[in-house]
Amino acid sequence: MADFETPEVKEYLDIPALKRGVMGNSKPFVSKEQFQEPLGFPGELVDNWQQVAVDKLGELLKTNRGLQVFMDSCVKCGACTDKCHYFLGTSDPRNMPVARQDLLRGVYRRYYTLPGKLFPKLVGAMDLTEDLLDQWYSYYHQCSECRRCSVYCPYGIDTAEVTMAARDIMNAVGKGQKYSNEIIGKVFKIGNNLGLPQPALEDTLEGLEEEVKEDTGADVRYPLDEEGAEVLLVTPSADFFAEPHVDGLIGYGKVFHQAGISWTLSSHASEAANFGLFIGSMENMKRIAMRIREAALDLGVKRIVFGECGHAWRVAYSFLNTLAGPFDFLDPRYPVPQHICEVTYDLIQRGALTFDKSANDHRRVTFHDSCNVARASRMGDMPGGQFIIPREIIKAVCNHYYDMPPDTIGEATFCCGGGGGLLTDDLMELRVKGALPRMQALKQVVEENGVTHLAAICAICKSQFSKVLPYYGFQMDQIVSVHQLVSDAIVLGQKQ
Amino acid sequence: MSFATVFFALLFYAATAIFLIGVGMRIARYARAPAPLKIPTTPAPTTRTGVVGRMVTEVVFFHSLFKANKWIWILGWVFHLALLLVLLRHLRYFIEPVWTWVVLIQPFGVYAGFAMIAGLAGLWVRRLFVERIRYISSPSDHLMLALLIAIAASGLGMKYIWHTDIPAVKMFFMGLMRFDFHPLPTDPMLLIHLSLVAALMIIFPFSKLLHAPGVFFSPTRNQADNPRERRHVTWISSAEKPAAPAEQ
Ligand code: SF4
Ligand code: SF4
Repeated sequence: MADFETPEVKEYLDIPALKRGVMGNSKPFVSKEQFQEPLGFPGELVDNWQQVAVDKLGELLKTNRGLQVFMDSCVKCGACTDKCHYFLGTSDPRNMPVARQDLLRGVYRRYYTLPGKLFPKLVGAMDLTEDLLDQWYSYYHQCSECRRCSVYCPYGIDTAEVTMAARDIMNAVGKGQKYSNEIIGKVFKIGNNLGLPQPALEDTLEGLEEEVKEDTGADVRYPLDEEGAEVLLVTPSADFFAEPHVDGLIGYGKVFHQAGISWTLSSHASEAANFGLFIGSMENMKRIAMRIREAALDLGVKRIVFGECGHAWRVAYSFLNTLAGPFDFLDPRYPVPQHICEVTYDLIQRGALTFDKSANDHRRVTFHDSCNVARASRMGDMPGGQFIIPREIIKAVCNHYYDMPPDTIGEATFCCGGGGGLLTDDLMELRVKGALPRMQALKQVVEENGVTHLAAICAICKSQFSKVLPYYGFQMDQIVSVHQLVSDAIVLGQKQ
Repeated sequence: MSFATVFFALLFYAATAIFLIGVGMRIARYARAPAPLKIPTTPAPTTRTGVVGRMVTEVVFFHSLFKANKWIWILGWVFHLALLLVLLRHLRYFIEPVWTWVVLIQPFGVYAGFAMIAGLAGLWVRRLFVERIRYISSPSDHLMLALLIAIAASGLGMKYIWHTDIPAVKMFFMGLMRFDFHPLPTDPMLLIHLSLVAALMIIFPFSKLLHAPGVFFSPTRNQADNPRERRHVTWISSAEKPAAPAEQ
């Protein structure tokens, strides 16, 4: 399959002995000029890159309190050292969150603190050399920005923020990552990550309508650019055709249909994902977010709803209001934005949907909490709603539901291994190894409860699991969308 | 007036100034830097009051650390609690008459000295023998532990073995606060103890000890989770789109 070994899944998840530098060669393809320029970054490594990098770091320290506090506060207690799935899966000590931070912290100390200027060796300060830049490129692309480490750090130090800062600096000196930057360019140019133009979208959606009609006999609509619809649905573009994503999209349509809510997709904002987050570029993140505001205004909708996508939901829930608000032109009775799970859950609570749970009887389901939904957002009106609502939906449509062990779900959830801009084939080894903790937890419920399916609400999780499940002896179709389960159980037509 | 008296008087003025100004400037820096986005680690409280509660559980009980690792938690917590007691015990050198509660905690303060050493020693053992923690340690991390242990040990040394003239020490510090120099006893253990404490105060604003003010400014802990209810407005809200070539 590949030139690396899939880690062995054991009874328990061991903390591995350190193997220095084993992942030092893991690097994604470097971006090229044509992908850098549309984002406002230099096309190749600039001549005075050291100076530019150090200056950029200084600017970030001044404009982002979190980074400044995180650089100063770490006491090297070690509490985070066994929390990262990439460390657990690869044994490379540089993948311990604090060690990852230290690649940047060493430079911070060298150029911005007195002891680092006077006694670099003593305090672990480092000159920004070409070799160090290489290590940055390698190890800051072995962090999925999942925030698991930040849950356990006594000062809440969030390695995701450090990774974003480092990637932002690397982009500023012209050493960007091809995968993320190329995709952002497509969003600017065409409107979505996959580069699907409006006519292709229209075709796809028409196809879906026919398919659902054939399957169920119901006229469920999948509208595009319909002015005056009540809801603008913004969903990851993978939902338009990839499996199992598209089954989720079919599900959203059925929910809206059954609830009698008019809705539309937008070809201008045909992508929920915001890779500006991954590369730590607030300007690009803002520019991507603005499309959603523009689409909502153009189409005259009253509500914005996001489809199943993890980090997209983080940007939507936590940042959209800051980046592209205020949304005072929308219906104030609904939160802006809403998650499709919140919509479905409310409808279930109100008794507006009918389900035939037996339609899912061939499945025994567990739920993977996506990292950015779990630790960087919320659903509903109480803390932790992001854990309750998707599970309640699944339980409303399935008879057999089982949770994975408690230290692998909820706020302690493990990332799928492909988040944060790492879902690219040039990082396959990292992705497979980083999935180990999740695979271990999955194996446990498969053996103990006969679980057959892993449900998720994130496009990256779904793509990542489709790809890595087979490495661990599972089938690629064991990953399902939550709204695929809804879709299979929902009873369409007149409510009895 | 002896050389030691003048030297230590000036040393403590300098150390206090560096400590206060240094930490003050850091705090000003943290306070001035904007938090561009809402990044509380969720689930997080949705109200300000809730956030105060979260901070209390963090600062008083080290809640996150408790979730992370019971060994580091118990050692770290014992050390910090003991340090607090020891510091409060030392208040008696700076006030006259000594408040009743400060009198009452004196014996506990002594036990705390031992607890402090125990906690620090435990942390050092982990730093030396747990491979992961050894990997992330710089020389300064070991030195910091050595310094703190030396301070506690020299203090206890004076309490139990090499006694010094406590009333005279108190006179010296009370005098310092009024810019009125009183002679400082010159027992070696006292001078060692005081030198190390001054060193700690001087290092504080330039070291990882900044975690003490830092924890209060950590956005993942001190932000309320209410971005949909209340718009968080910062520089990025009003920033122009980047100067990149427009689409098409
Ligand atoms: S954010 Fe996630 S991937 Fe990154 S260091 Fe922390 S635990 Fe690892
Ligand atoms: S848990 Fe926090 S303070 Fe401790 S080593 Fe990790 S980042 Fe540093």
